[in-house]
Amino acid sequence: MLFAVLVGLALVLMLVSLSSGRLPVAATDIWAALVGGASPNVRMVVVEWRLPRVLLALLLGMALGLSGAIFQSLTRNPLGSPDVIGFSTGSYSGALVAMLILGGGPQEMGVGAVIGGLATAMIVYAFAWKNGIQGFRLIVVGIGVSAMLGAFNLWLMRQADLPAALAAAIWGAGTLNGLGQSDVKLVAAVLLALMPLTIALARPMRQLELGDDLAVSTGVSASATRLALLVLGVALMATVTAVSGPITFVALAAPQIARRLAHAPGVPLASSALVGGLMLLAADWLAQHAFASPLPVGTMTVSIGGLYFVGLLLREIRRS
Amino acid sequence: MSNNPRLRARAVTLAYERRIISADLSVDIPDGSFTVIVGPNASGKSTLLRALARLLSPSSGQIVLDGKEIGKYAAKAVASRIGLLPQSSVAPEGISVFDLVSRGRYPHQSFLRQWSKADEAAVWEAMELTGVADLADRPVDELSGGQRQRVWIGVVLAQETPILLLDEPTTFLDIAHQIELLDLCQHLSRHRGRTLVAVLHDLNHACRYATHMIAMRDGAIVAEGEPAKIITPELVEDVFGLSCMIIDDPVSATPLIVPRPKLR
Repeated sequence: MLFAVLVGLALVLMLVSLSSGRLPVAATDIWAALVGGASPNVRMVVVEWRLPRVLLALLLGMALGLSGAIFQSLTRNPLGSPDVIGFSTGSYSGALVAMLILGGGPQEMGVGAVIGGLATAMIVYAFAWKNGIQGFRLIVVGIGVSAMLGAFNLWLMRQADLPAALAAAIWGAGTLNGLGQSDVKLVAAVLLALMPLTIALARPMRQLELGDDLAVSTGVSASATRLALLVLGVALMATVTAVSGPITFVALAAPQIARRLAHAPGVPLASSALVGGLMLLAADWLAQHAFASPLPVGTMTVSIGGLYFVGLLLREIRRS
Repeated sequence: MSNNPRLRARAVTLAYERRIISADLSVDIPDGSFTVIVGPNASGKSTLLRALARLLSPSSGQIVLDGKEIGKYAAKAVASRIGLLPQSSVAPEGISVFDLVSRGRYPHQSFLRQWSKADEAAVWEAMELTGVADLADRPVDELSGGQRQRVWIGVVLAQETPILLLDEPTTFLDIAHQIELLDLCQHLSRHRGRTLVAVLHDLNHACRYATHMIAMRDGAIVAEGEPAKIITPELVEDVFGLSCMIIDDPVSATPLIVPRPKLR
């Protein structure tokens, strides 16, 4: 039921996004354009310009929602999201190193983002390890590492020559501008590969939420499952960073919104992904059309996200 | 009692990192017994229990389950024979009693066979045995500490294992619920053929309910056997450093330890 509602909402939002812009297109024309009718001009605007962006917003949002759900489950904490515990900042560092120091293009940046994200995950885990991993400890260490990496990223940009630094900064704000069909294909392929793996690990992941002792005594291989989930979560998040630049807040908020909507114990994977997609669709529509000049979607999510994050922190502090 | 009990430790050394807790420890858990491990804090009780549950692998020696070293089994094969109530577990926010107890069915399920009638029946039976069946739809967060502990025991019972390991199961329970829980354990071992191993702090509870007692100090086993045969003032003094006299429990005719004050 909830699932159907979320899918319906996503379709509506996609339709709205496809129709709005300098050339407004009616809903009937959108359908015609998608199935190959309508005038060539309308078809170009809808299918070639707007559709890839809308699909990317949906798919990248889904990847972020899923990644957030994985990490919040692993840390057993609503703050344990990859953008809070430094993994997205680390991905950004990796991509920056590939771009500014090694002079690589989009592909190298993608590889850099994955390596940066994984390396950061390992570092945060190593520092937070004390007879096992505790959620809140991991988060505090993650916030610290994230701050250090943020400074490192700034330093990298200061070192670079102006045009390169400018390109890095624009990309670093997180934007769907200038992305096209090839990016859609890449992200769709990554999601198609990683989502079934995540779903296959959902049951042992739920069991780990009960604590390691109980998980192991009911037959879960805790370390192997945790490692697999960690790699999946980082890969999902790094894909987003590599394609659009870092987009924060979606991974943090989507799983919690999904959990409240679904009345589910723990974080629900599928609805988190859908809510993530919806959020990024909505944020990108707002970023493009709500202001006199379009903004990068990353600035949109980060400003809403800041408020949400402060609220969540206050709640956690009151609880503990 | 047979010569080859299902669960035994053979000359195990148990250690965290480099800190050795027990060295060269051997113990047999008699089949169908209600075995209780007693000892002062930091005597290695929980460590032994964790090793028996395969949560800690011995740095030397072997834990043997049904004639085979426990580390050689697949994780789920151990989980369908041995259930564990850990000292602390986490209930996901908002989970209901029924859903939490259902998590105990994990070893009996797989990706393709997720929920069966046998699962349903086992979960209801576990909730009825622990007296939480009327709470089935309630969120675990809203329960009292005692109710929550009974739900966790329900999780382990739903696992339907022939061997149950309980790490301080009576913590958080008031005296009436402690007795109720121990009665349940006794019922499981006497009438359901289960083997139970529990770490208990209360020596009198241990004496009353245990069919087999293991007294530990400094990681070593000081005495083991039926409580009435091994409990003496000397043993209590030796293990706990407590001076006491021992009388017959007027209700159960088991040993009852009455401490003497240190200072007069």
